[in-house]
Amino acid sequence: MYDGGKIITGLLIFVCLFTSPFWYDISSKTAMEKPTPVLPANQKECVSTVSFMLSDHMELLNTWRYEVVREGKTYYTSPSGNNYKMRLTRTCLNCHSNSSEFCDRCHDYAGVNPYCWDCHNKTQNLAGK
Amino acid sequence: MLEYAFRGSKRYWAWLTFLCIIISVGFYFYIKQLSYGLGITGMSRDVSWGLYIAQFTFIVGIAASAVMVVLPYYLHNYKVFSRVTILGEFLAISSVIMCITFVFVDLGQPSRVLNIFLYPTPHSLMFWDVIALGGYLVLNVIITRVTLGSEYKHIEPPGWIRPVIIISIPWAISIHTVTAFLFAGLAGRPFWLTAILAPRFLASAFSAGPALLIVLSMIVKKITGFDVNDEALKKLSLIVTYAMCINVFLILMELFTTLYGGIPEDVSHLQFLYSGLDGNHTLVPWMWASSILALGSLIFLITPRCRNNYKILFLSCLMVFFSIWIDKGLGLVIAGFTPSQFGNVVKYWPTLPESFIALGIWGVGAFLVTAFYKITISIRQELKV
Amino acid sequence: MTITRRNLLKMMGITALGTAFGKYLTARADSPVARVISKVFIENPRSQKNRSAQKVRLAMVIDLRKCVSDQGCTKCIDACNQAHNIPNFGNSKDAIKWIWKERYEDAFIDQENFYIKEEFKGKLVPVFCNNCDNPPCVEVCPTQATFKRDDGIVMMDWHRCIGCRYCMAACPYGSRSFNWRDPRPFISNINEDYPTRSAGVVEKCTWCDERVSQGLLPICVEACPEKALVFGNLNDPASEVRRLLKDNFSIRRKPGLGTSPEIYYLV
Repeated sequence: MYDGGKIITGLLIFVCLFTSPFWYDISSKTAMEKPTPVLPANQKECVSTVSFMLSDHMELLNTWRYEVVREGKTYYTSPSGNNYKMRLTRTCLNCHSNSSEFCDRCHDYAGVNPYCWDCHNKTQNLAGK
Repeated sequence: MLEYAFRGSKRYWAWLTFLCIIISVGFYFYIKQLSYGLGITGMSRDVSWGLYIAQFTFIVGIAASAVMVVLPYYLHNYKVFSRVTILGEFLAISSVIMCITFVFVDLGQPSRVLNIFLYPTPHSLMFWDVIALGGYLVLNVIITRVTLGSEYKHIEPPGWIRPVIIISIPWAISIHTVTAFLFAGLAGRPFWLTAILAPRFLASAFSAGPALLIVLSMIVKKITGFDVNDEALKKLSLIVTYAMCINVFLILMELFTTLYGGIPEDVSHLQFLYSGLDGNHTLVPWMWASSILALGSLIFLITPRCRNNYKILFLSCLMVFFSIWIDKGLGLVIAGFTPSQFGNVVKYWPTLPESFIALGIWGVGAFLVTAFYKITISIRQELKV
Repeated sequence: MTITRRNLLKMMGITALGTAFGKYLTARADSPVARVISKVFIENPRSQKNRSAQKVRLAMVIDLRKCVSDQGCTKCIDACNQAHNIPNFGNSKDAIKWIWKERYEDAFIDQENFYIKEEFKGKLVPVFCNNCDNPPCVEVCPTQATFKRDDGIVMMDWHRCIGCRYCMAACPYGSRSFNWRDPRPFISNINEDYPTRSAGVVEKCTWCDERVSQGLLPICVEACPEKALVFGNLNDPASEVRRLLKDNFSIRRKPGLGTSPEIYYLV
């Protein structure tokens, strides 16, 4: 092709630059480590099953905030039959008290930045404010 | 067709570079606004809408004014407007994009803007304003793409474009009417709560818009030699004259009802604008300048000898444009909030970041107009149309 | 036109679209057509019947004869500010006010009366969001971030607010505040039981909806040392608010606008 050398070189450089985030992660030791959220010490049961929470906690929180603010509901019944108040700080953080050791571990790994803490409190007497 | 925008003289590129600098400065200050919050502007608890919404209101009028050329040319086959209509339509597209940008920078949580579509609220005028503006943008993009594209390919435009163009005529009226409804439906703001607001908006739009179009056409002729032809300019100047007469008449009507009716709450807003209230004279010189510009422009425009003299016409159109820009772009919004619901006068004036952001958005509009006009004129000049 | 398959499909498509749009215009109770019809054709807008026909219609009665805000008392304001993490920016431009004081002449600006009873001249009265029964702010919100609850409280959904401030323009009472900056650094003592807000959303007094939901009274009502604030259900003829309104002369702010403000001041 006309100017083939320049085009192929340019393409190669572009592909390298475009995939550079992947190279950076592969070469770095820590970036590839699986996230290790610190689980609460004394509670074994969450408001739902672990697999559900892993995949759908965002949906659950979305549903909670809709039901609490817009429908005036208070309680949520877990699959195991327990009633929980739908509160982020007072229910979720009751067990997962340190958000930077729990929430942030996976969020940082996945590169997501939920804005919950712009408004919701992380409770004062614990680290991770 | 877009490639025409990438070929140009040194002057063309210098102008675009200058605009890019203005846009970059505006963008820089917008990033600052995103991190600090809207408090970086001069807006306050009492004057909660300011320069951004004021500019939005004015520019929606410019966008709607394209109908003043589209209606004669397409609905009534007024061939004289054959060169100026496409310029009007591209001005409309650039204006709508400016409007959307002004609203966007005014939002406190812009990342949530899609909530308007996720949770449609038919009883809110703002919802309908978004629909109307979006639809108008789509309409004009389709119309210009198809008509200019057909010219470029030396074929007749397809038949289905005609109903689309016809729809854009009432749609243009509706975008500015719905923006007026945004203000005029608020029972708690007596300065805006008037049935005459929508007619005033339309009259001022149909003055300022064609005035801008005349100015742009003259500049375009000077720079590229593309002549929209004298008869079109004369007709447009007549449109500006009549529309400005109606606009000034409606303003006088508003003044009469408010001042003769004498309700203190209503009068206080006019006092703030024209004579100052509680020691605050921020807008007084501006409003008087607007009035003088309006009357002066009318004297020139009504006199045929002046109106047909291109130098004086150019000046008059600039006077019309700035008079209405002050009236709609500053007077309307700020005076709606001053005095406040408690009768307080809280000073509002745009801050430096706010002004640069607004200037940056005007730069975006100028950039788009330049690029679109470059494409159009290049194609037309090649076709010798 | 001749009935070809193509034309038939076109007509079916247009009919379907038209029907769907027609349904959209008319189906829901708050559809544009329904609202216009109800406003124009159904009832006299001034009649009592137009008020909410719900079980609970909350309202507040403020007894200005007992209120000592003009003597410097700020107990209701302080309690509210503390409980709801209201920031203090130190300037009036960015100020966030849920409860605050205005002069009588300014709060009741439509009651022009130069010869009003002497004690009312310049008297400072507490003003709140009136949680209107026909709220203009709810009417204009493009995302329904502010909405009327079943018990009458006009709520704020801070997850949904886009910060367009149309509600602030629409409110005839100046009840709403906007977060022009991040409020967190300006809150002296964060109450962990209530969220703060972020920059870019509008907020206002919501009659402590979080407390009312649990059967408690708004915190200002509890904090008032003179018991000048009374809160209750207007639709309950035996409630204290009804009794007070029956036995005392009351006024409201700008009632002529049709917003039906639900804060009644006893003078």
